Amino acid sequence: MAAPVPAVGPGTDPKNAAPGVTTPPKRRGTELVMLGFAVLITLAAQTIVDITITGSPSPEIATFGLWFSGIWVAAHLVVRKVAPYADPLLLPCIAVLTGLGLSMIHRLDIATNALGESVSSREDAPTQLLWATVGLVVFVGVLLVVRDHRALARLAYTIGLVGLVLLAVPAVLPSALSEVNGAKIWIRVAGFSIQPGEFAKICLVIFFAAYLVDKRDVLALASRRVLGLEVPRARDLGPVLVAWGVSILVLVFERDLGSSLLLFGIFVVMLYVATERVSWLVIGVLLFSAGATLAYRLFGHVRLRVDTWLDPFAYYPDGGGYQVVQSLFGLGTGGLFGAGLGGGRPDQVPVAKSDFIAAAIGEELGLFGLVAVVVLYLVLVERGLRTSLVVRDGFGKLLAAGLAFGIAWQVFVVLGGVTGLLPLTGLTTPFVAYGGSSLVANFGLVALLVRISDAARRPAAPPAPPAPKLGEALTEVVRP
Amino acid sequence: MTAEIVLQVFRFGFLLLLWLFIFAAFRVVRADLLGGRAGRVASVPPRAQAGKKKGARGPKNLFVTAGPLSGTRITLGEQAILIGRADDSTLVLTDDFASSRHARLTNRGGQWYVEDLGSTNGTYLDQQRVQGPLLVAQGQPIRIGQTVLELRS
Repeated sequence: MAAPVPAVGPGTDPKNAAPGVTTPPKRRGTELVMLGFAVLITLAAQTIVDITITGSPSPEIATFGLWFSGIWVAAHLVVRKVAPYADPLLLPCIAVLTGLGLSMIHRLDIATNALGESVSSREDAPTQLLWATVGLVVFVGVLLVVRDHRALARLAYTIGLVGLVLLAVPAVLPSALSEVNGAKIWIRVAGFSIQPGEFAKICLVIFFAAYLVDKRDVLALASRRVLGLEVPRARDLGPVLVAWGVSILVLVFERDLGSSLLLFGIFVVMLYVATERVSWLVIGVLLFSAGATLAYRLFGHVRLRVDTWLDPFAYYPDGGGYQVVQSLFGLGTGGLFGAGLGGGRPDQVPVAKSDFIAAAIGEELGLFGLVAVVVLYLVLVERGLRTSLVVRDGFGKLLAAGLAFGIAWQVFVVLGGVTGLLPLTGLTTPFVAYGGSSLVANFGLVALLVRISDAARRPAAPPAPPAPKLGEALTEVVRP
Repeated sequence: MTAEIVLQVFRFGFLLLLWLFIFAAFRVVRADLLGGRAGRVASVPPRAQAGKKKGARGPKNLFVTAGPLSGTRITLGEQAILIGRADDSTLVLTDDFASSRHARLTNRGGQWYVEDLGSTNGTYLDQQRVQGPLLVAQGQPIRIGQTVLELRS
């Protein structure tokens, strides 16, 4: 570790003191305290659920508490060891979100089992806790393997290829191995089903970042002004057209509205971040509109989604509107303060554990609770964007911005779907929703953010000893 | 079943707990913004603020003391000064050793900081190569290629 630079006021000695260079705090203690708070919130939620529904806390709470705290203590210790300057809020935010999700899933487990309809009463919360543990392993693995995020830039094309393959595999596989509820986005092997798209997303963001760092000057500068907009040259449009084509292909072959929207949005915004040209956003919106219109004309499932979005009650109770309408009823029942954990009936919404978990939270915690969840995402995204501003290398900047925007965009699209603002897409609420792939992939994503934020906040290496005085050095005459 | 009052305490207590967490998170964000930390952009040094309140007598002009543009003077305002070969720079250099966007002088609380914008040949303050933002004192030479600049009052 570098010896701490003594805090020198910038006014005193301009030569030695770059402004703002004091010993930067590592803030690991803050992280630990906040993680403790997060665990406390989770345990409170679980206890309240149990007491409200069954009248007494369940005996499993102790095991759960130990396991759940163990995950975060382990994550904290690894961060303390290998990324000591990392942002102190990333882990606590995802801890609260994961914990809230686990509590909600636990609550829905009780509700569905109480109905007694399903013969196989499934407990999804323990499975999700197991997935969180796998997520922790991935988190630790990423932090240990990726010691410097810039190393990823060198592997960018390989990673991008892996991402495309992951994205394409479910489309190529026969439906029996890849289709669940009409969406062909899974790989089902030996009882496990994973959604490779979640991992593909991260791979593609890494590739985009490296590609754009390479090409951003060309994309930003070689352009003509037409109608006050910088219009890029046709050949520079290539990458954005390819991204557009890929996302349309995903839509065609996998019937996955969400992933294609997510990928295209992330790419356009990263292009904008890299070039600072508004024209890319305009081009993106135009291409999106074209793609959306095309999809609406060509595909029945897209048309159904849009129609039920425009008027969900027309398709209720029979038809595609059932989910959205039930979700809206749930949110309405919740009101401002919610029905209290365990007090509502969120199991009335189909697939409440995964796609509609936000509706369940809205019903039981009300507007205040749902907004709290949104603000937690906001803090997470803010830390990501802040990292992007502070980190010194262009690749890190773009990668952090892309990952952070990806979370924000995904939350927006999901919550928009649940609240009726946007058509339903089938994306998952990051960290909260039930689903192994999503949880594990997002743990990996946060590991990358932690890695970049460590690089961003780490003090610059101590200034090299004063270089030989260039200007004033005497010319040395070398005699033969 | 549990008493209604307990359920109500749970209902509002949990929301309170959740928002307390967010409040704590915001405190951390705030401490992060205000505290001294290694960032690329310099925070406003408190000393500089104090100086401004007393009526800062900072440098007023930027002089070019050597190089092709020698003798040029730029009056300093509040805005940053962009130096480079690009046409939209404040000081347009015609120097083969300068990059198109070479360096920037920024005013922060009456003090001027020089920052290298990733130039090829570097910017030097006195003899020190500029890596992050550096405070420029009056009369201290800033060297960009063959051009030397100085802040004067």
